[in-house]
Amino acid sequence: MAPKLPIYFDHAATTRCDPRVVEAMLPYFSEKFGNSSSRNHKFGWESEDGVEHAREQAAALIGANPKEIIFTSGATESNNLAIKGAAEMYAKAPAGQTGRGHIISAVHEHKAVLDPCKRLQREGFDVTFLEPGTDGVITADMVAAALRPDTILVTIMWANNEIGVINEIPQIGKLCHDKEIVFHTDATQWVGKMPTDVERDHIDLLSWSSHKIYGPKGAGALFVRRRKPRIRLEAIIDGGGHERGMRSGTLNVTGIVGFGKACELCQHEMEHERERLVKFRRKLETELSKRIEVTQVNGHPEKRLPHLTNISFGFVEGESLMMGVKDIACSSGSACTSASLEPSYVLKSLGVGDELAHSSLRLSLGRWTTEEEVDYAIEQIVAAVQHLRLMSPLFDLHKEGIDISKIQWQAH
Amino acid sequence: MAYSDKVVDHFQNPRNVGSFGTSTDVAKRTDVGVGIVGAPECGDVMQLHIKVNEQGVIEDAKFKCFGCGSAIASSSLATEWLKGKSVDEALTIKNTQIVEELSLPPVKIHCSVLAEDSIRAAIADYRKKNGIVADSATHAATH
Repeated sequence: MAPKLPIYFDHAATTRCDPRVVEAMLPYFSEKFGNSSSRNHKFGWESEDGVEHAREQAAALIGANPKEIIFTSGATESNNLAIKGAAEMYAKAPAGQTGRGHIISAVHEHKAVLDPCKRLQREGFDVTFLEPGTDGVITADMVAAALRPDTILVTIMWANNEIGVINEIPQIGKLCHDKEIVFHTDATQWVGKMPTDVERDHIDLLSWSSHKIYGPKGAGALFVRRRKPRIRLEAIIDGGGHERGMRSGTLNVTGIVGFGKACELCQHEMEHERERLVKFRRKLETELSKRIEVTQVNGHPEKRLPHLTNISFGFVEGESLMMGVKDIACSSGSACTSASLEPSYVLKSLGVGDELAHSSLRLSLGRWTTEEEVDYAIEQIVAAVQHLRLMSPLFDLHKEGIDISKIQWQAH
Repeated sequence: MAYSDKVVDHFQNPRNVGSFGTSTDVAKRTDVGVGIVGAPECGDVMQLHIKVNEQGVIEDAKFKCFGCGSAIASSSLATEWLKGKSVDEALTIKNTQIVEELSLPPVKIHCSVLAEDSIRAAIADYRKKNGIVADSATHAATH
């Protein structure tokens, strides 16, 4: 049976709100519209109850105490608060000076981590950006080798948003706890998909987002550890002192209620969903690699998220490939799909050549993905690659046995 | 960003895809001019083959392209425009005409530039093989 088109294979970008989430949110738009900070009437209490229930649901998903959850507008804000807030709080010298402390991150982090780190670099902190190996994994050994006596913060994402590769987070957390260094992880692509326990995994600060886990956009959270050790942060948004003074501003009650419900649903459905999606992802990877020559799955073969794969198809360019698979909504690491003319910096960091980086597709599956959709996508991708290879001068050279990396191209 | 209908049409039904032989074959043919411009690491490579008759008219043109939809459409359109033109007329084709015909957005102008470059490169190759020295006007236009 043909699936309904177009097929959505871009769940790493955002997800559809689960209808059960929407249902939970609806009363908070209308009858329960109060400000959760209004302490003296029923409207305020109702909203506060909604928020506090969501706090419990969010905390439960990651093995935290509800008091350790700070609601934000999403993972970008959580990352900014965690990184800038911890750096300012644990700085070794006051603002305006250099040598304020050392931070460790990685070159293939999301921009929402890289850019706060780069700002801190300009403000007197030293930052080491670790480079992954060809498998894309950041290991505890890499972090250990970069540690300095003045290291104050380590921020490493749990799983990469472009390639789905999973870093050695529990081991890095253990290392940081042993050395008494604050450890933050951007877990946007991880939480809700994989079991998370901030106690077992030694996390001090953890960011995640609602809209990646079937909740509404504009909501998210930062876990801030309260004991062993107690982590303190310098706020970046000042005002009415909401969220224990760490994030002022009237709470987005409807968004938070939806986020909480989304967390609860993920906790219950994660295991079943993961098994289903791993099977689909493997089918995509196996079939496409089998049917199309010179195909490469980017990143570590095993240490990967269940629902995300990044595949390069040699000799075809990513944007034209996406045009060829117009019934499949997905992403590409090609330069042409971004504002800059550089191909994906994540793929480049793995040593994937520029040419193969231009030729990549990111396919990310989700809660409503069906096997029919997977089968349809395989057929459409195979057909599109064949169509484009008939037109590709590079594929001709490959067939003639000429190594295109050895040709002197006239770059423009 | 949505593509114009003409880009989509050229992408789905590219005109004149192909070549007049392998890279080794066409290197030996004096009636064929070969232009290959761009680089894989930049995300676009255009290959243009023109077949020129004894009167100096482009009888046939074939392209191959590794690149985005706009690059494919630009090279496909270029082959349509080249057929039947004399070599000198072909050199008057400007990238701005391609931009206009395909309604390319500013971010895709480089695709049209690449198409113009491939025409110039193919003609230069044809002239070199036949010992034709370009007159100063056309020479000045190459870059």
